[in-house]
Amino acid sequence: MTDNKLLEVEHLTMRFGGLVAIDNLSFNANKREITAIIGPNGAGKTTVFNCLTGFYVPTEGRLTLHAEDGPRLLERTEGFRIPRNNGVARTFQNIRLFTGMTVLENLIVAQHNRLMEASAFSIAGLFNLGSYAKAEKEAVEKAKFWLEKVGLYEQADWNAGNLPYGSQRRLEIARAMCTDPSLLCLDEPAAGLNPRESAELNILLQSIRDDQGVGCLLIEHDMSVVMQISDHVVVLDYGKKIADGDPEAVKNDPAVIRAYLGEEEDDELPPEVAADLHLDPKAH
Amino acid sequence: MSAALASSRTNGSEVVKELAFFAVIALLMSVMLLGVETVDRPTGLELAVRWDLVLIAIVSTVIGRLGLIFRRESISRLWQAVLITVTAVAVFEMFVRFRELDDRWVSPVVLDMAFGSVVSTILAIAFVVIVFATAYFTMKVQGAVEVDQSKKLSAKIQLTYRSNTKKIGLIGIVFFFIFPLLFGDDRSAIDLATLVMIYIMLGWGLNIVVGLAGLLDLGYVAFYAVGAYSYALLSQNFDLSFWLCLPLAGIFAASFGIILGFPVLRLRGDYLAIVTLGFGEIIRVVLINWYDFTGGPDGISSIERPSFFGLADFSRRVPEGAISFGDLFGLDYSSMHRLIFLYYLILVLALVTNFVTLRLRKLPIGRAWEALREDEIACRSLGINPTNTKLSAFAIGAMFGGFAGAFFATRQGFISPESFTFLESAVILAIVVLGGMGSQIGVVLAAIVMIGFPEMFRELAEYRMLIFGAGIVAIMLWRPRGLLSFRDPTILLNMSQKEKVAGEIK
Repeated sequence: MTDNKLLEVEHLTMRFGGLVAIDNLSFNANKREITAIIGPNGAGKTTVFNCLTGFYVPTEGRLTLHAEDGPRLLERTEGFRIPRNNGVARTFQNIRLFTGMTVLENLIVAQHNRLMEASAFSIAGLFNLGSYAKAEKEAVEKAKFWLEKVGLYEQADWNAGNLPYGSQRRLEIARAMCTDPSLLCLDEPAAGLNPRESAELNILLQSIRDDQGVGCLLIEHDMSVVMQISDHVVVLDYGKKIADGDPEAVKNDPAVIRAYLGEEEDDELPPEVAADLHLDPKAH
Repeated sequence: MSAALASSRTNGSEVVKELAFFAVIALLMSVMLLGVETVDRPTGLELAVRWDLVLIAIVSTVIGRLGLIFRRESISRLWQAVLITVTAVAVFEMFVRFRELDDRWVSPVVLDMAFGSVVSTILAIAFVVIVFATAYFTMKVQGAVEVDQSKKLSAKIQLTYRSNTKKIGLIGIVFFFIFPLLFGDDRSAIDLATLVMIYIMLGWGLNIVVGLAGLLDLGYVAFYAVGAYSYALLSQNFDLSFWLCLPLAGIFAASFGIILGFPVLRLRGDYLAIVTLGFGEIIRVVLINWYDFTGGPDGISSIERPSFFGLADFSRRVPEGAISFGDLFGLDYSSMHRLIFLYYLILVLALVTNFVTLRLRKLPIGRAWEALREDEIACRSLGINPTNTKLSAFAIGAMFGGFAGAFFATRQGFISPESFTFLESAVILAIVVLGGMGSQIGVVLAAIVMIGFPEMFRELAEYRMLIFGAGIVAIMLWRPRGLLSFRDPTILLNMSQKEKVAGEIK
């Protein structure tokens, strides 16, 4: 079981001044599994992502990524180094594509580090040496593979900003996958998609998990996506973990139902109000 | 005319009111600018009045406004053409009068010309006819069909330009290479071309920072100064030749680029602009005040001129042991040799800048610059190091500025901090913005417009700056993103450039 761990989050706490956004959160995400993080708005889900991908430095806690070359401590890695060498890739809640560049260019920029080495930090590339030309060809091949996978091959030369919304979402996933991650963090990938598009998304994510062997961490409000494809669900509320388990178990967890639907109301009624309503609080 | 106005939506008295309003505005604006002039008489400075100029200004404003009203009210082409012709004559009249700078009332120059001789009568009539015909046939009455056609035309022009950028660039390069053959005897033409070429090179250098990486740099002239002073000081203190100093100047400027880059890495947009502006001023103030080292406001004079690649010298009296350029090629001495050599030198330097930029754009570093311009956060999430990417843009842009600076020092033979004021930075930035961010050919056009035209029309005295300002306003109104603001993709998968452009225009 320990061999299968991809990401270990231990005692993660993030405070912004007096506000505790995440409070002593611990969970694991396994290899070749989709782990969903759900919770009401403001539960701290995106903050977890920002800690994982280096946009925030956690106040406390340890984030370990068990990549192929050994464990890495994400909280001690500079933000832009996290995606390197089978690291963590992410997408954004509000899509962040390079809108003025073409779809293909978006995917090639994602392979920047490997190409940069191949071009000997631009010196070999400047004189168009063979090694660089080969690396660029490989990069294009990889981009083509992902374009076909997300069904955007025909639109490869469009400007990314001209794509329809659903395609932009898929392009962002393809771009993240072009960095060869071992963990893919998806921040609400189904937001704004119609039912057909979100069914396609399910297939894409399952293929990323099964064919590419990449672990996914998923924030999502769309329960049809969460319940169908995730192997493991973590529920957050006010920065605390309130449930953790397989989808079926989480769905029936009373704490989860309470967080989503609120407490049963008659428990909350003060005695005098209950008296007004001619109800006996002790009867319940 | 009254019939035409009556049939339109605005009634006559409203039109008169509107015209009167603009006549008053024109009067207020022109009365101080054109109406009075100080004249140096033996008795002292006196004010001379030039009411005729004020009158012309008011009349042409009113006519121009009437033209706009006609357009608004969809008046026939004939009336519009008549108005344009009258305006053109009035404007022409004004310009001729400006140049005469005569404070006496004289009969209109156009009339003088028209009745001067048979030839000038024909010329005057031809002028009026040509203006009228052009106006008549190019004027469009506002309506869906014709607007659509003019759009089609502009799309066609865009398509032709963008699918033939390489050819157009090559034609440009050939033209600049044969330029000295065409104007070889004209000292001022070569001088002007060299000056324009310096600004083209600076524009291309700054284009890397502003156009590609999207970092607004208001202190670019600092690197130009570093390059110029590196060459001047190295040559004076260590007696190094220009050819050795040129790369050194580039390296010094690049290291200053990195020094500037570090503190400003976290800044974006306006904040970055202010810090770079400050950096530019720091360099200038240091140059002024560090008297022992830089000569302060006196500058550095008699900087060594470049030799012909160390083989021959361009001076009339060659120092002991050196060969003169004329002797090397069996030519008679001519002072033009050095000028033409300098012209070719800056042309080659500028072209190197251009080709390196074009090549870098297609390399990972160039794509990372553009990606950084688009979205820095997304770049970080893809493992691109924003620090190194920004620093490399600053350093490479600065390096080309340094080369240009070294060239400037050797061409002028004298440099002082006065050549490196904020105004220079602003001009270079204006060239980049006017040309269209990131467009290489756009920079060339903008440099010619910004540097070449004001120099060419020097006879128009201070009025050229007025026309210049109006030109800039016009460009920004019609092409707010610069003359040629198109981004060509660095790589295409299954479309040709032509198809891509065609798709975008649609």
